[in-house]
Amino acid sequence: MLTHLQRLEAESIHILREAVAESERPVMLYSVGKDSSVMLHLAMKAFYPSKPPFPLLHVDTTWKFKEMYELRDRLAAELNLDLIVYQNPECIELGINPFTHGSTVHTDMWKTQGLKKALDEHGFDLAFGGARRDEEKSRAKERVFSIRSPQHRWDPKRQRPELWHLYNARKRVGESVRVFPLSNWTELDVWQYIRLEEIPIVPLYLAADRPVVERDGLLIMVDDDRMPLMGEVPKIKRVRFRTLGCYPLTGAIESEADTLTDIIGEMLRATTSERQGRAIDHDASGSMEKKKQEGYF
Amino acid sequence: MAGTLASEPESIEAYLSAHDSKSLLRFITCGSVDDGKSTLIGRLLYDSKLVFDDHLSALEVDSKKVGTQGDDLDFALLVDGLAAEREQGITIDVAYRFFSTDTRKFIVADTPGHEQYTRNMVTGASTADAAVILVDARKGVLTQTRRHSYLVSLLGIKRIVVAVNKLDLVDYSMEVFARVEASYRAFAGEIGLNDVVCIPISALAGDNVTGPSAHTPWYEGPSLLGYLESVPIDDDQPDGPFRMPVQLVNRPDPEFRGFSGRIVGGSVRPGDGVRVLPGNRESTVARIVTAGGDLDHAITGQSITITLSDEIDVSRGDVLAGMASPPGVADQFEAHVVWMSDDEMLPGRAYLLKMGAKTVGATVAKPKYTINVNTLEHMASTTLMLNEIGVCNLNIDQPIAFDPYSENRDMGGFILIDRLTYNTVGAGLLHFALRRSDNIHWQAIEVSKRAHAELKGQNPCVVWFTGFSGAGKSTIANLVEKKLHGLGHHTYLLDGDNLRQGLNKDLGFTETDRIENIRRAAEVSGLMVDAGLIVLVSFISPFRAERRTARELVGTGEFCEVFVDAPIEVAEERDPKGLYKKVRRGELAHFTGIDSPYEPPLNPDIHIDTVRTSPEEAADRIITELRRMGRLRPT
Repeated sequence: MLTHLQRLEAESIHILREAVAESERPVMLYSVGKDSSVMLHLAMKAFYPSKPPFPLLHVDTTWKFKEMYELRDRLAAELNLDLIVYQNPECIELGINPFTHGSTVHTDMWKTQGLKKALDEHGFDLAFGGARRDEEKSRAKERVFSIRSPQHRWDPKRQRPELWHLYNARKRVGESVRVFPLSNWTELDVWQYIRLEEIPIVPLYLAADRPVVERDGLLIMVDDDRMPLMGEVPKIKRVRFRTLGCYPLTGAIESEADTLTDIIGEMLRATTSERQGRAIDHDASGSMEKKKQEGYF
Repeated sequence: MAGTLASEPESIEAYLSAHDSKSLLRFITCGSVDDGKSTLIGRLLYDSKLVFDDHLSALEVDSKKVGTQGDDLDFALLVDGLAAEREQGITIDVAYRFFSTDTRKFIVADTPGHEQYTRNMVTGASTADAAVILVDARKGVLTQTRRHSYLVSLLGIKRIVVAVNKLDLVDYSMEVFARVEASYRAFAGEIGLNDVVCIPISALAGDNVTGPSAHTPWYEGPSLLGYLESVPIDDDQPDGPFRMPVQLVNRPDPEFRGFSGRIVGGSVRPGDGVRVLPGNRESTVARIVTAGGDLDHAITGQSITITLSDEIDVSRGDVLAGMASPPGVADQFEAHVVWMSDDEMLPGRAYLLKMGAKTVGATVAKPKYTINVNTLEHMASTTLMLNEIGVCNLNIDQPIAFDPYSENRDMGGFILIDRLTYNTVGAGLLHFALRRSDNIHWQAIEVSKRAHAELKGQNPCVVWFTGFSGAGKSTIANLVEKKLHGLGHHTYLLDGDNLRQGLNKDLGFTETDRIENIRRAAEVSGLMVDAGLIVLVSFISPFRAERRTARELVGTGEFCEVFVDAPIEVAEERDPKGLYKKVRRGELAHFTGIDSPYEPPLNPDIHIDTVRTSPEEAADRIITELRRMGRLRPT
């Protein structure tokens, strides 16, 4: 009998292979977070001894943590992977940033619009994403294979039923498919698997002394000198991150957990769910669903 | 209590090791909102401590705002997902929830109990190992309980737990519970559900959900969670014969050729003999390759890559099977088909069928009968509508390897895909192959199509004329044939009206009959192309799907679609056969363009505007085009 992690792993590998077999130009969205790390690890397994037959696409906002860029570039080199870094040229031109333009505009322009442009420019017809169904209520109903219109919109009423382990990846001209190999993983599964398989992750997930300021109830790390300080003096606190995004929008938690074992232990006792650290999910309930319909991954 | 966690840091290591070997159980919950299903799932999530503080504070706010439990927490709000549903207060799709205890991880498929959502329940049940069926203690076994139980048994779930809910509202009465249990067991036996456990619960109050309740001292069985933690998991076929559909051929370099897939039955070791189906070639497993090193044994559920000791032809969609008890190979089956599309199933229409890693063309015959999921009665029907279940014969365009669904879900479950929208429109459970496919073999014929054609000195093809009645199809086709004949070509004209007086005289004008009409014309024209002829087909042929089928049957290079285009008003004005007048007098129904649809070609090979082009000009254009396509001898 397989353990739950073995079953999840085997099913994710099955999904990765099925998606590649049924698409022409697949790509893996790689955000450098822990879910991306697990997804990449599964891809390395799924196609072994071949390399994953698709590039990684990092839709970059230029505002990620430094340590994220370091891990990204190191892994791409070590694993000899084809890495595409896409920075929405419109955002570069307009200088879009979270401080002047706010989190909503920043996220929409860099991430949502950037993703659409990157997919269109490269003509990718299938994109892997690391989303999990347990992250948020509206995601509980997302399919493993999800069709997007030529405008990258998601129509919750036009979802295909998914039965057994049969996935329908067919799409009409202009449509594309999003595939979520980690659909059935929980945050706990992801951490257990990272620990068991010794998967490299960004050190920011582990507690360390870091300079932070408190804003709108979030502990924001001052990762570089682009962050305008309104008379605030960064304090050194022992913090870690449960989720990683743009550093000015990602809240840290105070923690002493500096090993994977401690993280899992802390997580098991945790009483704050994962997405709470992200500023973008803080508006009205049902907001993630709206973002998805507009093309947010 | 379930979900309790080791809290001392030094025990985390031990705790984690234990958790690394947890098993995974998938179950489905059936029942309506009124039965307290969402409340039950919310309770399981809550009691296994998977509800975090921020969710909980949102829940408290929501409970006060839209909840139905006064000042108490409304657990149902934890699981209702999409915004539209939340407003309507109902769950309208399949949602997957996750929770975990010290011994198991659970994936819950939460599906609605409303009449129109058979499709969602079937979807949720397809991957479930067990089913939780909710019954309101006050109402007992209802029509919907029977419906859910039937669907669960149809999808092959053997372990059933009946949660008799709202026991608090009947004063925790043993008599009420016993009555519900007896009536359920009587019904379950009839439909072959034998592994049934009944548990008296209150989802709202938490009785017997995660632990024994003081309110039911007369009940000695397990709590619901206790049952779910201990019920055996039937990994599909751990001891059955080896099965692995090949998803990919893995070729990193010329030295390595592996076949990647997930084992869906039995187990495999290096040195085992394997059959490759449907081609029925044999070889021996050389290595079982994984990124973590070669394995000396792999079991059901594992994703692996196998290399064989012989260089034999294996492609995606083939099945690797053990030498003993190989799967069947056939191209005609009987199956249960569950229809999942708003557009009804059209018998005879070509759909795509996906099973394992193989996708083939398929047609579904008129149902032998449909099943009323409420009464289980068999009913006559010519089609399947959304949420209907029928027993049908299927024809597929190439043989596939299969096992009966009752023996292996992954080897006998399939989906049907529409060829134009690519939506998943149906699901099927394959029972057995029809005998005739065993007995009729393709007769190898030595005088080939090419030999036929060479003798005639031409390149055979089909010129397919489509358009309204009165558009001028027959007139133009007739002229083209005369011209080709004059040029010394061997031709034949298949005319819709003429065929309907002979080969197709048993067919009427319903959608189903029209599809069969075209199928026969396509088959006959295909045979004539084999015989070396240039075939002119003049049929209204209103549906894109069937014209596309004809094109695929004949072969794209040998098929030329001519759209004979006349606006319906012009065609009616011409009315060469007086048919439009009959329609207007009400003497003729199902007439294309009037009360039956016509789907014009989106991309015809030749488009003739009959308002601006004379039949003579049209015929010349077609001849020129055929010459350009290389179908005619050069002049």
